Amino acid sequence: MFGKLSWSAIPFDQPIPLITTLVLVLVILGVLGLVTFKGWWPYLWHEWITSVDHKRIGIMYILLGVVMLVRGFADAIMMRTQQAVAVNAPGYLEPEHYNQIFSAHGTIMIFFAAMPLVIGFMNFVTPLQLGVRDVAFPTMNSVSFWLTASGALLVNISLFIGEFARTGWLPYPPLSETAYSPGVGVDYYLWAVQISGIGTLMTGINFVTTVLKMRCPGMSYLRMPMFCWTTLASSLIIVAVFPILTATLAMLSLDRFFGWHFFTADAGGNPMMFMNLIWAWGHPEVYILVLPAFGIFSEIFSTFSGKPLFGYRSMVAATLFICIVSMMTWLHHFFTMGSGPAVNTAFGISTSIIAVGTGVKIYNWIFTMYGGRVRMSVPMLWSLGFIFTFVIGGMTGVLLAVPPADFLVHNSMFLVAHFHNVIVGGVVFALFAGLDFWFPKAFGFRLHEGWGKAAFWFSFFGFWITFTPLYILGLEGMTRRLQHVNVPEWQPMLILSAIGVGVIAIGVVCQVIMLLVSIIRRDQLRDESGDPWDGRSLEWATPSPAPFFNFATMPNVEGEEAYWGIKTRAIESQRLGPEPKYEPIEMPVHSPVGFFTAAFASVTGFALIWQIWWLAGLGFAAAIAGFVVFAWRDVHEFHVPAEEVAEVDRARRAARQKLLERLAAQEATA
Amino acid sequence: MSDIPLPAAAETVRRVREDPHRLGHRDPHAHETVEGAGHGKTGPARKRIIVGYGFWIFLLSDIVMFSCFFAAFAVQREATAGGPGISELVDMRRVGWETGALLLSSYTCGLSFAATNVRSKLWTQIFLLATGLLGLIFVGLELLEFVDLASRGIVPQRSGFLSAFFGLVGLHGLHVTLAGMWLLTMMAQVQLKGFRPEIVHRLICFNLFWHALDIVWIGIFTIVYLMGATS
Repeated sequence: MFGKLSWSAIPFDQPIPLITTLVLVLVILGVLGLVTFKGWWPYLWHEWITSVDHKRIGIMYILLGVVMLVRGFADAIMMRTQQAVAVNAPGYLEPEHYNQIFSAHGTIMIFFAAMPLVIGFMNFVTPLQLGVRDVAFPTMNSVSFWLTASGALLVNISLFIGEFARTGWLPYPPLSETAYSPGVGVDYYLWAVQISGIGTLMTGINFVTTVLKMRCPGMSYLRMPMFCWTTLASSLIIVAVFPILTATLAMLSLDRFFGWHFFTADAGGNPMMFMNLIWAWGHPEVYILVLPAFGIFSEIFSTFSGKPLFGYRSMVAATLFICIVSMMTWLHHFFTMGSGPAVNTAFGISTSIIAVGTGVKIYNWIFTMYGGRVRMSVPMLWSLGFIFTFVIGGMTGVLLAVPPADFLVHNSMFLVAHFHNVIVGGVVFALFAGLDFWFPKAFGFRLHEGWGKAAFWFSFFGFWITFTPLYILGLEGMTRRLQHVNVPEWQPMLILSAIGVGVIAIGVVCQVIMLLVSIIRRDQLRDESGDPWDGRSLEWATPSPAPFFNFATMPNVEGEEAYWGIKTRAIESQRLGPEPKYEPIEMPVHSPVGFFTAAFASVTGFALIWQIWWLAGLGFAAAIAGFVVFAWRDVHEFHVPAEEVAEVDRARRAARQKLLERLAAQEATA
Repeated sequence: MSDIPLPAAAETVRRVREDPHRLGHRDPHAHETVEGAGHGKTGPARKRIIVGYGFWIFLLSDIVMFSCFFAAFAVQREATAGGPGISELVDMRRVGWETGALLLSSYTCGLSFAATNVRSKLWTQIFLLATGLLGLIFVGLELLEFVDLASRGIVPQRSGFLSAFFGLVGLHGLHVTLAGMWLLTMMAQVQLKGFRPEIVHRLICFNLFWHALDIVWIGIFTIVYLMGATS
């Protein structure tokens, strides 16, 4: 009746997961209780859960990403402290538990922290920058988000019911086959990633179509802000490689459930085929994450230097170059697995070549600052920290791209330090920078500057204190994923690294305080003008927070840096453009289909993990039925009356008038 | 958003008028003035174009997924682990009928869309039904093949090669089955709601999907069956 599920699945004998779960359940119950007590359910349901507004969905993605980032960081703290104490000693985490932690850390950080955050920014920013009112498929966007949330839910359920994979963040066979991983850990991984992967694929399709087919009048390709280009490139990679992930995980599931032989070590199975397939997805995945991060930095460097982006066209070319070459380097993840010198050389060269595109970008950012009036606000600090960190991470990457050198440090702590160096320094710094940069656009007030700067400095130094020792340990021969260490000489470095994590934790606390302080002082930090940073692209033409229809009338773009052009013209002529003729706006109606589909997908995923076949069938049928019912609806859009549009836009114009007078006064004194 | 039934055809007519011999002498910037084509000059594209474009992108991603299973088949073709090889699997007669049914279904599917274009509900339904029945024949024959193979002990658990074979052919069969279920809901929608713009858009997508599955089948027919029979 319940497949493999029984009471023994719940780890009553292990205090760490048990207590964590209890705390988690209490927090969730507390939040739910508060929402019920305050009567917020109708608001949450109508304005958020069923929302198809790209800004709301973006904010929910970012919220999910931040929560999971904290969850993954907790895993990191456990790993660093375990290794610091487990020198010729067992430490406080058993091997089985430790293996689950590093697997969960990687899975969570890539799939459920970095991806939701990156996609959240793509959602929030891209349509605003393109000057349109929503993405190409708003309801599908909501389905995408909820499927991602469903995957995150399954990963968290594994904490309490059953176990998580012990195979690392990519379940390499034959270890991940039933013969060596008989438990449900790998199945949790498979279905959590599979369900969220479908959501990601739909996001990719959505944003390719949005950028290519939904731009406001005059927004030709070479007038698009850099972030839109990186959204496009990232989405193209998603569409090209996420199906590979789906196919590969499906093959592994067939092996595990039905005893097939795609990747087994016997009966003609081929584990190396898994390595090739999974990295054909996995390496481009890195660029899916980092390209939008580059986009965020591009916006910030040009805004805070008060200059157009240097070498815009070369930046576009470099982005598309990386987009294509990212799919030609996957084999460098297993140089040591005997492909031979010719193959290794080819992939070593392609890997080195991809650094050229990134190099072009680094120089462009530096030259953007050159001769500009650079403002050292929080987003700019993160961006400068990024250049320093990412250049070093990139150089260690080029070192690893040389096959003979790679043979020496393969699977060592040097590798661990390298990829954290590029992903934390590249992606996570970008996300914090972007959070500070676009927060006013989302909520109408800026984040507190002092706490933001404190968060940056603690995170930046904490990062280097954590990972410099790991580089050294890697060169000394320490391999990754060790539950305990038997070389006493390594302990000082491991302790230093653990201290570094503590410093990062102070940075995290600063971020939380920053958020609380900003909410309390929101009236002082209010962004009245809608353009708090003297921005250059169209999102700053809207009031903060942006109305649900984004633009009262569709902007007409007449050059690069659309909003900068409008702004300078207004300053020169000392007045705003004439008031447009307001017309009713058509907007898509909200829909619960995303929420229901994901709820049934979660049930299906859970049932598949525990092999409760009847429930899996029921859940899948219900999810499909949800779509059929959705397809039956008669009303797709509603009209926002012209008076309402006019009211919102007149308030915006009044704020713009004030901004104009202020800017004109500044211009006069300058 | 306004909807013009046949923008693609209108665009073709215009192109032929401007450049009747296809010499490429047509003004290269002329196409940018097409209203609602989404080229960046006139704002977002029309709904029909957005839906069709998005679906094309989905089809490409779906074909990437098939390509993984093709790659697995190519890698594991010889990995028979002492069991039956490809030449012992192929029954060209049955596969011939399967292929015939599927290719014919693509033709009837095209006819159904021709009927949709002239807004004939009756003929749309007749040809959709014919498409579905031919698809059913295809899936039925494939199931018979699988049952027949299983009765001879040829199952995916036997070897890496057989896993890859059943994986690739089965994935296509699963696609056709799901497409058949989609076809039924489309017939119900056409019957009860008529040719509303969004339903015509879905019919366009369904047509694209059905033809794409046909194209994938041609790949399977060639690489798995034809090359298998001659090996």
